[in-house]
This record gives sequence, C-alpha cells and structure tokens, in this order.
Amino acid sequence: MWSLQNIADSVQHWLYATFNPTIAMLIEFAIIGVLAIGLFSMLGLVLIYMERKVSAWMQLRLGPNRVGPKGVFQTMADTLKLIVKEGMTPNGADKLLFNLAPFIVMISAMVILAPLTFAKGFQIWDINIGVFFIAAISSLSVIGILMAGWASNNKYSLLGAMRSGAQIVSYELSAGLSILAIVVLSGSLKITDIIASQENGWWIFKGHVPVWIAFVIFIIAVTAETNRAPFDLAEAESELTAGFHTEYSGMKFALFFLAEYVNIFVVCALGAILFLGGWMPLHFGTGTKFNEVMDYIPSSVWFFGKTFFLIFVIMWFRWTFPRLRIDQLLNLEWKYLLPISMINLLLVTLIAILNWHF
Amino acid sequence: MYRQSEIVNDPSKTSLLGDEGTDMIINVGPQHPSTHGVLHLVITLNGEAVKKVEPHLGYIHRSIEKMCESLTFRQFIYVTSKMDYLSSHMNNHCCAMCVEKGLQIEIPPRAQVIRVLMDELTRLASHQLWWGALAMDVGALTPFFLAFREREMINDIMEETCGTRLTMNYMVPGGVMADLHPNFQKRVHAFIDHFKRKIDEYDELVTDNIIFQNRTKGIGYISKEDAISYGMSGPAARGSGVQCDIRKLYPYEVYDKVQFEEVIETAGDCFARYLVRMKEMKQSISIVEQLIDNIPEGDFQAKTKAVLKLPKGEYYSRVETARGEFGVYIVSEGGTTPYRIKFRSPGFSNLSALDHMTRGQKIGDMVAIMGTLDLVIPDIDR
Repeated sequence: MWSLQNIADSVQHWLYATFNPTIAMLIEFAIIGVLAIGLFSMLGLVLIYMERKVSAWMQLRLGPNRVGPKGVFQTMADTLKLIVKEGMTPNGADKLLFNLAPFIVMISAMVILAPLTFAKGFQIWDINIGVFFIAAISSLSVIGILMAGWASNNKYSLLGAMRSGAQIVSYELSAGLSILAIVVLSGSLKITDIIASQENGWWIFKGHVPVWIAFVIFIIAVTAETNRAPFDLAEAESELTAGFHTEYSGMKFALFFLAEYVNIFVVCALGAILFLGGWMPLHFGTGTKFNEVMDYIPSSVWFFGKTFFLIFVIMWFRWTFPRLRIDQLLNLEWKYLLPISMINLLLVTLIAILNWHF
Repeated sequence: MYRQSEIVNDPSKTSLLGDEGTDMIINVGPQHPSTHGVLHLVITLNGEAVKKVEPHLGYIHRSIEKMCESLTFRQFIYVTSKMDYLSSHMNNHCCAMCVEKGLQIEIPPRAQVIRVLMDELTRLASHQLWWGALAMDVGALTPFFLAFREREMINDIMEETCGTRLTMNYMVPGGVMADLHPNFQKRVHAFIDHFKRKIDEYDELVTDNIIFQNRTKGIGYISKEDAISYGMSGPAARGSGVQCDIRKLYPYEVYDKVQFEEVIETAGDCFARYLVRMKEMKQSISIVEQLIDNIPEGDFQAKTKAVLKLPKGEYYSRVETARGEFGVYIVSEGGTTPYRIKFRSPGFSNLSALDHMTRGQKIGDMVAIMGTLDLVIPDIDR
C-alpha cells in the first residue's frame, strides 16, 4: 500500500546505494532541512488561513475570499507583503538581541518537529527521549520572547514579555505532569513506543478518568504555553497593543507569527500522539473486522486529522472566551491545575501498577 | 512638583523607571485599541498594578460650544450629533427641548412619542455597541460581531426614517424633521422579536461566562457617595446604587406615561455596571413595545416661525442619554443665535472617576473599567 514510509525508505536506499555513506547522510540532512522549512511555512499558511476561516465562521463573516478561490492565497499575499516591508529596529533597542529574538523563537519551534511521527514509520529522528525532548525544546521559546520584550525598549513589550515568562514557566509544569501520565502508562519516552502502546485502543479510551483529566489539563496548559486566547496575556491586544512584538515589523514579525502557529501544531500533534494514538487508526481490541476497515485509511490522514481537530478546538477557545487576568492565570495554574495534575499522576501510576487499564 | 506628563515629555527622563525608582509610566493612547478613540491616559504602574491614571484630553476638541454661538437656534442642533455620536438622537432631543422651553412651544403628541421611540432605539443600539466593545476589551472578540448584527437592524430602521445611520439630526425645535417611514412599525416589530431572542444569547455567551465574571466582579469599585461626588450619572452611577435616571426624576415627553423600571444595582463594581446596562436594554425593549402600536395620529411638528428668536434669559434642559445625564445650558440675549452655550456631557464626569476606580487594580482591569464606563471620546472632548 502507498505510504510515506515506503517513499522515505526508497529514497534512503537509493541514496545509500548511489553515494558513499557520509555524502548520503549529508544529502539526507539537506533534504530534511528543506522539508522542515517547507513544512514550517506550509503549516503557517494553512493554519493562518484556517484560523481566519474558523473565526469568520464563528463571527458571522465570510473571511478572506478575494485572493484565489475561497481566498486560499490570502495568507500568501500577506506574507509577500511582510517580506517586502522594512524590518525596522527602534531607536534605543538592543540591536543584537532585538534581531536575534525572532530566530530563537522560530528555531525552537522548528526543532520540535524532529521527533514527531507524521505517519507510520515517517519521522525525522526517533530519539529515545522524544517526549522529554519536545518538552525541553518548547520551553526555549520563552527565551526568545523575553529577549524580544527586553530588547525592544518599549514598556508594552516589556510587560508582555514578563507576563509571558511567568505564564510559560508555570504552565510548563502541568503540561509536563500530564505528559508524564501517558509516559507512566506506556512505559517509554520514545514517541514510536508510545504510539505502539495504543495499538489496541487509544489512551483516552483505555486509561479511565485520570487520562481524561490529564487530557483536559494538557489542552489547557498547552493553550497557555502557546500564548493563545484565553491566555494571550503576552499579546493582550486591548491592554498592551501587541505585547512583546509591538516593535517588530516585516519579516521579523512574520517569524513570531509563524512560530506561534507552528507551536500550536506541535503541541496539538503531541496531544494527538499521547492521547489519541498519533497515526494509529481507531482500534478496539485486537484482530477485529472493525480494526481492518480502519487500517485502510492512511496513517498520515489519521495523524493530521486528529491534530487538526485539536487545533480547531484551540481556535474555538480563542474566539469564544474572554482573556484572564495575570493573577487569575497564575492562580489557576498554581492553585488548581498543578495540585490536580499531581494527584492525577499518582492515580495514573496506581492504574499502571495494578494493570487496571485495558 | 511636576506633573507626570512632563516626565514623559522630558528627554532626560526617558528611562523605564519613574520618579520613585520602581514606577513605570506608560502612555496609553491617543492611539490605543482599548481607549475607543483618541483618549490619552498617562498611567503610573508598579509592576502590573496601577498607581495612578491621568487622562489627557484635547485630541478631538472641535470647540463645538463656541461654534454653536455663531449658529442659529435651528442650526446648532446639528452640530450636537457629532458629540456623543452613539446617542445622537438624545443630544438633538435635549437641544430641541431647550429651545422649545425658551419659545414655550408645546409639541404635538405624535412627535413626543416618535422622539421617545427614537431615543430608546438609539439607547439599544448604543448599549449593543458597548456590550460588544466591553467584551472585546476583556479579550473576547466574537461578541463584537454579534452586537453589530443587531445594531445593523436599528441602523437600517434609522436610515429609512431619518436618512442617516449615525448622526441623525432628526429632532428639530417643534417636533421631528419628517414623519415616520411607512415601514417603521413593521421593522421595529421584526427587530424586537429578533432581539428578544438574541439578548438571551448575549447572556449565555458573556454574562454567564466564568472568566468574564472573574474579570468584572469586585473590579473598579466606587461607592455611592464617591459616585455622587464625582458627578457620575447614567448606568455607571446606577451600578453604585445612585438613583439618577432623568427619565424617572424629571420626566420629559411621554416618559411619565410608559411603564418602566429604573435599573439600580448596588455592588458598585464593573459587573454591576454591566448588569445595569443589560437590564436597561430589556427596559428599553419594553418601552418600545408599549409605544410602537400606540403612536398617535396628527402632526409630527408644531408650527414654528422660520427664524427662531429665544427671549432674553437662561434655559437648561436635560435628558438621559445612553451614557448618563446630558444637559444643555443656553444663555440668550434675545437674538437668533445663542449668546453662550454649555453642554453637560455624561462622559466627562464619568471619566473623572477613572483614577479613583483604577487605583491598585491591574492594568487589565483598567481596560475593563474603561469599558464599563462606556466612554465616547468626542462626548468628553467637545
């Protein structure tokens, strides 16, 4: 059957058969780099278009509908506009940090793509601490945001950056704890192992109530981690105009913007992998007819379907809820989410030890 | 002592820190998404907490009061639409009433009912816009579009009868400028039926939202005494328990003949002011419902002279606009133009309480407080 795995394998075989191993590996690196950048920009285009259409649908509007059929090229036109715009550096800004910040945010968003499994056997790097790697790298973006806020020499930016720092550092904890719940159940940090452990049913079905709680906490925490409404305090349009990227223009602004959407994709993909089985089709039990029918749907469709469903949920949040205040945001994390997820982790461990899960 | 604004303008003090070393001074506006116009606030922050708010006015000052002195008693009413553009009917209404008081004109009953109907429809439109804008201030973007869906229907009704959608200029001394459009009653009925269903949707989406309640309950508290001493009026004061509805206290036109309640909340916080306006919308609907099928036949305008000359003297009249008490004070020397005109605008007094209400609150709260004060900047800055 046609699959991304076969394509990747045949490319690799051809490369290693034609060139000597070192050159083949270098060529592979180059291909992966181009693919990652391509995916990065494609995701930006697709997700921004999706956000505009979803918001339009929720707000009784049509959304973009002039550039191309149904306005699909609108994002492309906007990106072109941003590329040709002048990237200004304000007076009094720390030039090095100011110009470096968007790249740190972008690179940290891009590197997380490495351990994600996009389809069966289609993955850039099957590192044995994949989940840990994602959690570690995703917290690097806060450095870029703090740098942007501080270097801009703008008070709005500074306030936004400080809020963002407090927010990301605290929500990392409950996101991490809810990830740990699945790690405990599947017994591995490796992405492929976690997906393989869901062959006879996704964790959200197998793991009883504690996994549902972990899933809900995970979704809330990653929404906060990616600075999305109702936790968009770092940008807080009505309070801080644009928060940490107030002073950015042109492509530097676009990098922040793209990084935000790629981050959403990454955390939703992680949610899909951990709780909804990643590329694993919907299976109940082993060897049933139902499973065979489900297997006919390509694994990449399963993965992207689940991921985009989660992305839709997060967009739905944004266009429905008012924004929290900074103290309420931190209260929610430290007084509610963190204790609940700690107790929840204990429950999950109990389930794992006693083998209560299906 | 120097004023905070001088610190901002002084190039030697451009560091992030203010006079005490820990304060941060931020200029909010005149171009800022949450000031809804060209209001300039110099706020002193300690971290996220607001220590002081100093509003700076004058960015949209058009000197309307002075301009009115060179316009005749028919003409000056048109300028007042541009003050509080969301209650333009009420502004016109107040000015027309003041001139009628001077000329001792009794306006026909049909004109009275039309005026009240238009006032209440304008109040509904204004509160709808306020609702959307407040939700946007606290971070929910969708309600704004829902509010505009309903507001659009009112604008269409206004457009048919008055010819314009925002600055109506419909009230003239002696009555109204033109008779109602034949479609008026039908469309108002359609609007009321539609909006009665939608206002429940408003409550579901925003009022019952736990995040919204957390953002507004206990925020921006002002006591009844303080509200009175700052001269606050309208829904902002009624949220603190002040009875100040001009429609009840000094009824004009047919307000003493219709059944409605003055909405009073006593909590004095943002949520109370929010509830006052939400309940006021329901009261307005009820007023419109009572009057829409009972518009008396007859003239829509009393017979007046072509050139109006107010007898020498001083005249004052007031109405309840969507934002509070709006007053017009005319000094006439007996000529065709006013000798001096003063407008008492509700927004100005309400804005003066902003500093009192925001002290010690977070910067995000300041935005919510400004939202519940329902500021319209051209009304503050005439």
